[in-house]
Amino acid sequence: MEKMLNLARRMRTRPDLRWNLLPLAMALLISPVLRAQDWFKTETSTGAGTIRMAAANFKPQSPDPQSAALKRTFDAVLYADLANAGLFDMVSKSLLPTSTPGSPSEIQLPQWSGAPTSAAMVAFGSLGTQGDHLIVNGFLFDAKNTQFPQILAKQYNEQASDDQARQIAHRFADEIILRLGGGVSGIAETKIYYVHLAGGAKEIWEMDYDGANQHPVTHLGTTSISPRVSPDNSRLAFSSLDRSGFQIKMYSLLLGRMVTFPSSGGTNLSPAWSPNGHDLAFSSSRSGDPEIWIADASGGAARRITNRKGPDVSPVFNPRTGAQLAWASGGTNGIPQIFIMDSDGSNITRMTDGGYATSPSWSPNGQFLTFAWNRKYGPGAPGGQDIYIMEVATRKWIQLTHDNGRCDYPSWSPDGRHIVYASSPNGRMDGMKIWSMLADGTQQRPLSATGSDMPNWSWK
Amino acid sequence: MPQLHVRLHHVAATLAVLASLTLATGCHKKTVAPPPGSMGPTIETTGPAPTATLTAEPLAIELGQSVALNWRTTNATSVTIDGLGPVVPNGTQMVAPANSTNFHLVAKNDNGTTEANVRVTVRVAAPPAPMGDNSGATGNAAADAIFHQNVQDAFFDYDSYELRPDAQTAAAAAAAYLNQHPEIRVLVAGYSDERGSAEYNLALGENRANAARTALISAGVTANRIRIVSYGKEKQFCTESSESCWQQNRRAQFSIDR
Repeated sequence: MEKMLNLARRMRTRPDLRWNLLPLAMALLISPVLRAQDWFKTETSTGAGTIRMAAANFKPQSPDPQSAALKRTFDAVLYADLANAGLFDMVSKSLLPTSTPGSPSEIQLPQWSGAPTSAAMVAFGSLGTQGDHLIVNGFLFDAKNTQFPQILAKQYNEQASDDQARQIAHRFADEIILRLGGGVSGIAETKIYYVHLAGGAKEIWEMDYDGANQHPVTHLGTTSISPRVSPDNSRLAFSSLDRSGFQIKMYSLLLGRMVTFPSSGGTNLSPAWSPNGHDLAFSSSRSGDPEIWIADASGGAARRITNRKGPDVSPVFNPRTGAQLAWASGGTNGIPQIFIMDSDGSNITRMTDGGYATSPSWSPNGQFLTFAWNRKYGPGAPGGQDIYIMEVATRKWIQLTHDNGRCDYPSWSPDGRHIVYASSPNGRMDGMKIWSMLADGTQQRPLSATGSDMPNWSWK
Repeated sequence: MPQLHVRLHHVAATLAVLASLTLATGCHKKTVAPPPGSMGPTIETTGPAPTATLTAEPLAIELGQSVALNWRTTNATSVTIDGLGPVVPNGTQMVAPANSTNFHLVAKNDNGTTEANVRVTVRVAAPPAPMGDNSGATGNAAADAIFHQNVQDAFFDYDSYELRPDAQTAAAAAAAYLNQHPEIRVLVAGYSDERGSAEYNLALGENRANAARTALISAGVTANRIRIVSYGKEKQFCTESSESCWQQNRRAQFSIDR
């Protein structure tokens, strides 16, 4: 949320973003020091600084080799989760004190608050196995508050496995982030659904937010695309090719199997959940031209929302209100642009001013859109397709990706601080990887192997 | 790059690469004796243009199967195959194209350029069709061949679903054939080129198929004989990043609906 505020401020205070971002981008390239200074300025100007966080290696409570391996996983995942959050200035592990406190009585705060560690916050604790159980005690201390330093104390008791060590680290990281991130829940326990290409078929896959645990969900042996998980994580809507063309399909993540969703005539694409989980918006040509439709979550009471010649596709609800939709519309002979409208089809507003703009995703706070845009698109024209964000109220935009191949399908994380997207150096599906970044375009990193596309971040 | 899953079979590869490199760098100065065991040709300062052959075995596969590409050249200083890049003068490589693909080989030397082509057809297994009047695969194939002799696909401009004059001609010919053969039902499939969003291209393909359907109905074909489907850019005919290839993919395809 803080980052979004910064971004909004930056957009409002800079009249022509295209030119003013250029020196900023160059400064980012030239010097990490300048980059840090830029952050310092923008963060302090909103009254919130990045917090210097030390994540201690946890103290081993049992000497067996299994718990040593689990501790390696736990320590690495906790550090990565806190670094990925976009909230903390992480203390390098080489600057940590040599002691590994396992409990509040064992920590000596001056070691952590003093130079060179200079931490404002310390996450520490212990990890051990008892039989086939993994027991983790985690603490978060305010290093500068010598009288009442404890902010958080948690105990976790799960089956001893590498995956559970990973999941416990995610849960503890999210507890820390919830307390220090302005009350916004962390995303370390969220999932990303995406399309995986293998052997000519496209199946829906799932992975953890950090790219771990990549595995298939569907086994349909056809072309399945556009996965969208329901707000309660119980169902997965997507579009799949059968003999009658593309149809909306529904998979129950609770039952682990396909559930019925009515077929209709025409091509049915790009489902999108309303934030209360009651409705599904999608593109359908059941009445001739591809239009935006809304049905209830079981496919009943379908009603047409748009009435425009040409392709209308890729709707997404405003997750804050549920009362507005953004989508991509082509017009008679046009190139697609991003539009928004009320969910009854009124108050249509065009958002993009040209180029080729598709694949909108609406930020959780309702304030921003992110989408794929090729501003120089046209027959024979050079130019890349990149990820942009736009403030809905002002239509001011910032380009987030540069020279990273053809980018598409941005999807906001539930905390609004991250965006996941697909990018391919040669523009083709077989070169597509899934990447994530902070919503200001920094910390871009690949999550998946190639042949992965259309990521969708879970709502929680 | 076409959508290829390439598995290299090292067919005397190292030796041949070494030989071609030596020859390529030396050819302007003097005749260089080929290293012993070289599969490459002797290069002369003036001489014939390259020769090239390119074959594929088998020529048609089911999706997911592999094809052996086999090529032989003589006199070439550089040999490239689209999608594979520079290759040795004589070689074999296994490829598993996801779609029907034209493999295109270019062999060059100072005296000229020679090209060779082979088309590999990838059959996407269709769900079993209900048997109608045309029973048996042979009968279907023959009927399809006659149909496609008389009915051509309709092609579209970039990002457009309006029927161009040539597409109107194609749709009129299709309608005439269908009016002569009232027993045939037709499937109109809409496609787009590889550029842009997959979701948007599926909607655009639907509009293209719709435009062709409307033309058929205007020309007297009853609506209940026509079924349309959009494949967008999900089933590309041609997988090169070139305008000629993109044009092949921007189309409405007519076929017999069984």
